Amino acid sequence: MEIPYTVQARPDTGLYNAKLGIWLFLASEVMLFGGLFSAYVLLRVGAEPGMWPHGWLNVTLGTINTLLLALSAITTLLAWAACKVRDFTKFKIFHACTILLALTFLGIKSYEYHDKLIHYEIKLNNGTFADGHLVEKSPDFDLAKKTGTVTLHGHIVTDEKELMDLRSPEAKSAKHEEVTVAATDIKSMGNYGPRHNTFTAIYFTLTGLHALHIFGGTLVIFYFWAFGGAMWKTDPERFTNRIEVSGLFWHFVDLVWIFLFPVLYLT
Amino acid sequence: MSSTVQQFPPFREPQSDHAHDDHGHGEHHEPNFWQKYIFSTDHKVIGIQYGFMALCFMLFGFGLMLFMRWQIAHPGVPVPLFGPLLAKILGQPAAGGAISPELYNSFGAMHGTIMVFLGVVPLAFAAFGNYVVPLMIGAPDMTFPRINMASFHAFFLGGVVMLVSFFIPGGAAQAGWTSYSPLATTIPTNGQAFWLVGMVLLITSSLLGAVNFIATIIQLRAPGMTWMRLPWFVWAQFVTAFILLLAFPPLEAAGVLQLMDNVAGTSFFLPTGLAVGDQLVDRSGGGSPLLWQHLFWFLGHPEVYVLILPAMGIVIEIIANNTRKPIWGYKSLVYSSLFVGFLSFIVWAHHMYLTGMGQKIATFFQATTMIISIPSVIILTCMFLSLWGGSIRINTPMLFALGFLPMFGIGGLTGLPLGLAAADLYLHDTYYIIAHFHYVVAPGTIFALFAGVYFWFPKMTGRKMNEFWGRVHFWCSLAFMNIVFMPMFAQGIKGMLRRMSDGAVNYSAARVPNAIDALPGSVMQLNGVILWAAICLGIAQIPFIINLFWSIKHGEKVGTNPWGATTLDWQTPTPPPHGNFAHEPHVVRGPYEYSAPNHATDFTPQDEPESSSAPLNSNAHH
Repeated sequence: MEIPYTVQARPDTGLYNAKLGIWLFLASEVMLFGGLFSAYVLLRVGAEPGMWPHGWLNVTLGTINTLLLALSAITTLLAWAACKVRDFTKFKIFHACTILLALTFLGIKSYEYHDKLIHYEIKLNNGTFADGHLVEKSPDFDLAKKTGTVTLHGHIVTDEKELMDLRSPEAKSAKHEEVTVAATDIKSMGNYGPRHNTFTAIYFTLTGLHALHIFGGTLVIFYFWAFGGAMWKTDPERFTNRIEVSGLFWHFVDLVWIFLFPVLYLT
Repeated sequence: MSSTVQQFPPFREPQSDHAHDDHGHGEHHEPNFWQKYIFSTDHKVIGIQYGFMALCFMLFGFGLMLFMRWQIAHPGVPVPLFGPLLAKILGQPAAGGAISPELYNSFGAMHGTIMVFLGVVPLAFAAFGNYVVPLMIGAPDMTFPRINMASFHAFFLGGVVMLVSFFIPGGAAQAGWTSYSPLATTIPTNGQAFWLVGMVLLITSSLLGAVNFIATIIQLRAPGMTWMRLPWFVWAQFVTAFILLLAFPPLEAAGVLQLMDNVAGTSFFLPTGLAVGDQLVDRSGGGSPLLWQHLFWFLGHPEVYVLILPAMGIVIEIIANNTRKPIWGYKSLVYSSLFVGFLSFIVWAHHMYLTGMGQKIATFFQATTMIISIPSVIILTCMFLSLWGGSIRINTPMLFALGFLPMFGIGGLTGLPLGLAAADLYLHDTYYIIAHFHYVVAPGTIFALFAGVYFWFPKMTGRKMNEFWGRVHFWCSLAFMNIVFMPMFAQGIKGMLRRMSDGAVNYSAARVPNAIDALPGSVMQLNGVILWAAICLGIAQIPFIINLFWSIKHGEKVGTNPWGATTLDWQTPTPPPHGNFAHEPHVVRGPYEYSAPNHATDFTPQDEPESSSAPLNSNAHH
């Protein structure tokens, strides 16, 4: 038994099966990210005045990542075109670039995550806030037992709202230096992880899910890149279709980032 | 060689990269048990896998409901017979064999979840769709057989995760099948996290299934099978697949967000200043409980049409077959199903009139809700009109299909007051609403599914199910279904709220004699009636279960087309071999050519060549 139209297009639809399948899958992906983006919108418009963060993310790194993905979209397209003209060597080169670009993207993304996870906001007993990146905790630091000290590279503010808009002139002119706080002075302390506020929550969720897509796409592309030679020899058309279909997925993932970047980094 | 090899072993894509055949050439390779029944890529086996699992889950969900009904009728009294067993398995929540309020809540949440996501949808969409759709359109299999297998495995895993959650400390999810936040996050059990992981697996499963169904219907229709020659069942499955494809992902998004709330401590759905047990919750707040409801019902309402459309498809096929005449209004049916599918995406907030989302929004959703009743009524009207003037052949599938019509009618019509915001404010969260949607799904959809089981059983096994016990099953089910659900309308109108583990005893006139609108004794007594009717309904399923298994080996042997049907699923060998059709069928006519004049039989199969009726025609002239 053979399933029709696995390689050749069905005349009346003009599609081979997998191409239709991936478009349907992408339609559902649009709804998935659509749901998450609408969650973003509702959380943002529902935020208390002055409590939605601005400028918390590194625009330079975000821009670099955007460019990396844009480049990878081009190499993906070229890899497919190389298959179309039956040039396997070029395919190998272009998709090697795609994989490297994707891995670099993920590397930068994890650096950004790390930066958020070592960034602490400490509520002090006197009502002020110490905010900055963790330098070190003393060996005996234990918040529950109130022993030891913690040192941040940052500053102390009197109102939490001062931490919200980092694009403002005041925030930009704030002097950052090493601040050491004793555990006895600390009311509560937490990093800028997902639970910090709804912005970090949606930031980690959206970019995390996107990074998972990048990771999955890279795995698939790597699989075709490393183990596709056998199929290339027996059925190059089918292999080319696979590259096209995985490429469509890759373009979609790039497109999601094109929305994520302005929404999270630039506003 | 290729023809013999392709005969039987599990489907293998030709020229696939790692399928180099290095075992015996030409050797007849019998698939072992695992290949044949667990890792099968044959759509028919997968359909049966889905069907079997779904029926088991439905029985299990029904069992949960019996425990709940006992608790409602006799609050706090240990469950007879099964109480000690329950206490042994679940421990503290069922101490002494009685159902604690926590256990009642988790049974309630899991009854809904299991019935909808593990019972009815897998049976209606995945089981019947998988088995019947490729046969009906003349395809050798689904477009993506291995994805089809993965879909079933994801479903199976999801079911396992749901079942396991009963045994973790704190028990299964307790926040209702709708899992409203912040309740779903603040209840001290990890059951909710299990529920969410289970749901993500089930959503993955239905996503893979939906992609496969749509691609199959678009790509693998046999030559001549144009869109307007598709049996309406296929149309119904097609629309259903689109609903699943596009409505489920937002719930997956919501599920991910709620999982973050439950596991990573975020506040997507938790408002600022949330207090639980007089303690301020240690969360950042800033989230929106209403957001969960929007995302949930964006799936939740289209899901209703996922439940009902395949069932309607089954009923249409059986009505056409047993009235022996073309279905009335085929085109209206097609366009109505498309319209229902489209409109089902913009009615969701009629579940939320009571949330205070605003009257303007409520008015909009009230209007769309009234509009969506139009295509549903068109579909039901076509079914009724198809009966008109037919010489109706009564058999078990037809009885269930006929039972579906008034039962779904009651369910649909009692939904109208709920769609109107003013009436819904009163009826919301009462037993009225339970009665309403159970009439749609239980004597509605499930009757249609029973009809489908009786109808396609001969195709799957080559034998008919026993007719007498089928009728016993039907009449008993019909009677007891109505005794179970009809009183709930009365209870709801009297103001009895749902989700109360004590069966509303605390609001009864016996307990609070001076309260205004306390529930009178007559309403409370109905709880006992419903309990016994539910038990009898359970007993009425025993003939079905025995009949189903007994008939596999001992049922009356029948040929390939015992019902004299026109659609392609009956023009294959029985049971259909791997690859389904001996020759690729060529379709030359519409799906419901019954009692065509000048034809030897009262049915003309879709793929019967045109010429075969011509000599008959000339014969008639002699």
